[in-house]
Amino acid sequence: MADQFDRRAFLRRIAPVLPVALGACGWDGGPAMQPVFDRVIGFNNTLGEQLQALRGATAPPHQVVRGAMPSYFISDTMPVLADPASWRLEVGGLVRTPTTLTPAMLEALPHIAYSVEHHCVEGWSSVAAWRGIPFSIVADLVQPTRDARYVFFESFDNGYTNGWDIASAMHPQTILADGFGDKPLAPDHGAPLRLYSPIKLGYKLTKYLTRVTFTAEKPGGYWEDQGYPWFAGL
Amino acid sequence: MTTPSAPALPDMGTSVEPPLPPVLRHRGIVRLTHWLNAVFLTGMIASGLQIYAAYAHFGIRGSVLNLPNPFDASRMAIPPEMRLGGWLAGGLRWHFTLAWPFVLTGLAYAIFLAVSGEWRKLIFRPRDVPGAIQMTRYYLRLRPDHPEQGKHNPLQKSAYSFIILLAVISTLSGFAIAKPIQLSLLTSLFGGYQLARYWHFVTVWTFIAFTIVHVVMVFVADPASMRAILTGRYRGRFPNG
Repeated sequence: MADQFDRRAFLRRIAPVLPVALGACGWDGGPAMQPVFDRVIGFNNTLGEQLQALRGATAPPHQVVRGAMPSYFISDTMPVLADPASWRLEVGGLVRTPTTLTPAMLEALPHIAYSVEHHCVEGWSSVAAWRGIPFSIVADLVQPTRDARYVFFESFDNGYTNGWDIASAMHPQTILADGFGDKPLAPDHGAPLRLYSPIKLGYKLTKYLTRVTFTAEKPGGYWEDQGYPWFAGL
Repeated sequence: MTTPSAPALPDMGTSVEPPLPPVLRHRGIVRLTHWLNAVFLTGMIASGLQIYAAYAHFGIRGSVLNLPNPFDASRMAIPPEMRLGGWLAGGLRWHFTLAWPFVLTGLAYAIFLAVSGEWRKLIFRPRDVPGAIQMTRYYLRLRPDHPEQGKHNPLQKSAYSFIILLAVISTLSGFAIAKPIQLSLLTSLFGGYQLARYWHFVTVWTFIAFTIVHVVMVFVADPASMRAILTGRYRGRFPNG
């Protein structure tokens, strides 16, 4: 065996591997890797839920609102209600008293307001002020059964949905928001009612709400079903 | 530790008389974790660049922080060849999956260093300062002869200690980005969510710069070390102690 390491022989040996390694770029892992991703990210989700249960942290309030909060929806054009007065929020599923809420009934419920940092999965963040009804108050109205472990949020934005764990939904800062800044929520941010919480990434925050369903089975969601992390807890 | 009858180090390329027998320089666990780390870190960087490309700025949206950043979207996009995952969700799936083997490999190596006592040959300590000065003088040609050294010279020790620290910072800043509410203390240590993203990004360029220097130094200063990190056996110019 040669004393000196043979550089040329080494380069000749790895040369065929290099194009393969470069060609791998952009690779999503293929069918072989998807079950591995699903298992590890499922573990990450569980870890995230446990960390949240253990720490129970709330997002710190900000004094100053700053940064842009872009409008976002998946429909071709901005979803706008033709007749806002006839809009209803249906709350049902594994609950004792399924309820249909009118805009007037929602306005009569207790509201909270806060300014918090919003985190998008893309990496941007922005501080905005929100006003809304704590989700836990709506849950108290309908009284979920003991089997209810998840909440499924549906919208009139071309089938956009989200599935949540019930603990995150019951977090004191999770609200059904009807106010943005010091104004009523407008269609560009999900009017008449949207889900908001500073403890989740933005894609979990269903806009243009129509229905809230308590379930025993874990519900999917628009982006979650396409590969984005399901728990997405901050 | 060096043979007394061989006062001067032989020139590279000339054969040593008599040839030194190969010695075991790197244990199996070191070689394994080194190459696993190379694979996992490459995957972490490529998938991380895929994620970064989704919003290639730092700072609250609408008011970009004026930080050194050649890959700000307004200047230069991350080339697709450097990315892994194909799209944001694909990058996230790779990144959040590879993160665990990356961390576990690092922990396995750190435990080996601690338990075996090998850290004494690798971690830079205050006593290495005079040696580091002498090594620097040698590289600057202020002294003609290579200072005597153990397994690693003091400058190597500083580099290898630094890279372990960098791995820790990259991991912690990663957790700070992933959990800015539940791990808010950690996130605030990095200066908040957007600056944690920035420090995470700085570790990427530092890893890449380190790797370039590391590979160049292998071939320039001690080519025999390539065989050592592949097979464990070393027959180069430096002592093993």
